[in-house]
Amino acid sequence: MNKSKRKKVNDAYLFALPYFLVFFTFVIALIVISVVLSFTYYDTINFPDFVGLRNYVNLFTQDTDFMQYALPTTIKYALIIGPGGYIISFLMAWLLAQVSYKLRTVLAIILYSPSLTSGVLMAVIWKVTFSGDTRGYLNYFLLQMGFINEPVQWLQDSNMIFGIMIFVGLWSSMSVGFLAMLSGILNIDKDLYEAAYVDGMKSRWQEIFYITIPSIKPQMLFGAVMAVVGTFNAAGMASALTGAYPPPQLAGWLIVDHMNDFGFSRYEMGYASAMSVVLLMIVMIFYYVSVSLFGEKKDKRIR
Amino acid sequence: MSTRVKEQARLEKLKNKLVRRSRRNYRRFQGVKINPSFFHKSQIKFLLMMLPMLIITLLPIIYIFSHAFKSLSELYAYPPKIFATRLTFDNFRNLILATSQTGVPFIRYIFNSLLSSTLTILLSMLIGSLAAYSFSFLKYKMKKALFALNQLAIMIVPVAIAVPRFIVMSELGLTNNLLSHVIPLLAMPVGVFLLKQFMDQVPRELYESAKIDGANNFQIYYKVVLPLVKPALMTVAILAFQASWNNVETSSLYVDDEALKTLPYYFSTLTLGTSAIAAQGMSAVASLIIFVPNIVLFILLQKNVMNTMAYSGIK
Repeated sequence: MNKSKRKKVNDAYLFALPYFLVFFTFVIALIVISVVLSFTYYDTINFPDFVGLRNYVNLFTQDTDFMQYALPTTIKYALIIGPGGYIISFLMAWLLAQVSYKLRTVLAIILYSPSLTSGVLMAVIWKVTFSGDTRGYLNYFLLQMGFINEPVQWLQDSNMIFGIMIFVGLWSSMSVGFLAMLSGILNIDKDLYEAAYVDGMKSRWQEIFYITIPSIKPQMLFGAVMAVVGTFNAAGMASALTGAYPPPQLAGWLIVDHMNDFGFSRYEMGYASAMSVVLLMIVMIFYYVSVSLFGEKKDKRIR
Repeated sequence: MSTRVKEQARLEKLKNKLVRRSRRNYRRFQGVKINPSFFHKSQIKFLLMMLPMLIITLLPIIYIFSHAFKSLSELYAYPPKIFATRLTFDNFRNLILATSQTGVPFIRYIFNSLLSSTLTILLSMLIGSLAAYSFSFLKYKMKKALFALNQLAIMIVPVAIAVPRFIVMSELGLTNNLLSHVIPLLAMPVGVFLLKQFMDQVPRELYESAKIDGANNFQIYYKVVLPLVKPALMTVAILAFQASWNNVETSSLYVDDEALKTLPYYFSTLTLGTSAIAAQGMSAVASLIIFVPNIVLFILLQKNVMNTMAYSGIK
């Protein structure tokens, strides 16, 4: 008995070990290193030099590029793309659930396809669409329709660049989370609808709020997490769109871009790590908001 | 006595009222409308509501296909055309010739990309399913905590920890090596999560009876569980492929040797910084080469993915 039990334990560790080796090395350890290095000056050559909170103080008081561009742009971008992309994903999933199987499959593939590659790798599409000369698709279209008289320099104006980033972000927001929500909606127990109508449910709107969303809360939370992850994939998009590094007037300059700039161009790893910690905190905030919206509230249930 | 009769009468009345209301409500119910089994014209309104988004997602894809086959004169054409009228392979040829200028043949980038993607897929499926098996079937200390940690890590965006990853990669000597393309991508918390959720659906009786028949855990894992979780394995394969095939970071940061870099990196050097129209044709071809394997794989495996996603919920 004792012997077999010990053997079982050994097996489990053998099974779990390979994954957790890479998981701890490339996720957990990296977070720890980020936090530790954020309190040091480290140029990758000399041993890290402890500097206390200096990196954070500099980040929030000296670094105008960070405070004026990277931080507000990131927060603005995340606040629009996170919830916006998420709501579009849910609506599309719900609408898709209303049509029959074959059509739904084709349409789901079309809607999902933009998220297969990153917006950065597909930048050529947007460059041609938003090109500043009359040959750009959008300019040509608007000129023909008479909305504008001369071509608009879409990729030169910082507001426009941000707007285009939002557009590209929404374009590719129907990712794995969208598929999860779609699958969730399709798997809701059909008897629930019947029972709810007997209890006085009146419309399809009520159906969404009283049946659909409560039934797929777990998938909604998974979708929200994936939406948060997707939001931060826009690193380098502004540069890819404008073809300039850094982009004009630092338009669309995200914390990730700022971090990569300091980390890999200037080798100020300590300072870049401090930004990495700030970024992880922003991600955490988004995560906790998602959990508080869609997670199972255990303490409330007991009450 | 009389109060009891009254109470009974009141309850009877209430019951009748509720039954009548339920019947009335039920008349409003015209069958479950979600997941219909056939097409009906009442579904058209939903299609119309999806139409704007469908156009936005589909047009760029169509455009990239046609742009890739446009000749130089059509790329310069005014008014601009969405569709190519004469198909040419000039852009493909230009792309291949442009590569040879860096001294590395085009085929080498393709080979590197294919090899590292294949390795990433196979190893992700292997170590992911092993870990998921331990979560789903075995008992050990810290299991719950590890699973919770893994679930939390789903939202750790890889780009957010690029700086320490760079340091760890150089400390481990994972530079200038084909494995540099593979190993960091194997830490895929979402893959393990999906596999575990799917394995939880495997009936415990199967595990128990295999155990009684004298099978050890590795036999049960390989012969009983793996065949049953094929949809989740395919989903992990797709996610691993996307992570690897689209990965630029490894080539640009950890690999100096041009001969060990991968396709998307080479393409990103083409796209970045050039606005010449001739380069647009090549860039479109490049995007196409990145995009097509992704979409083909997804179309082939989409049923498996949808199947897996049914159990993707986080509680």
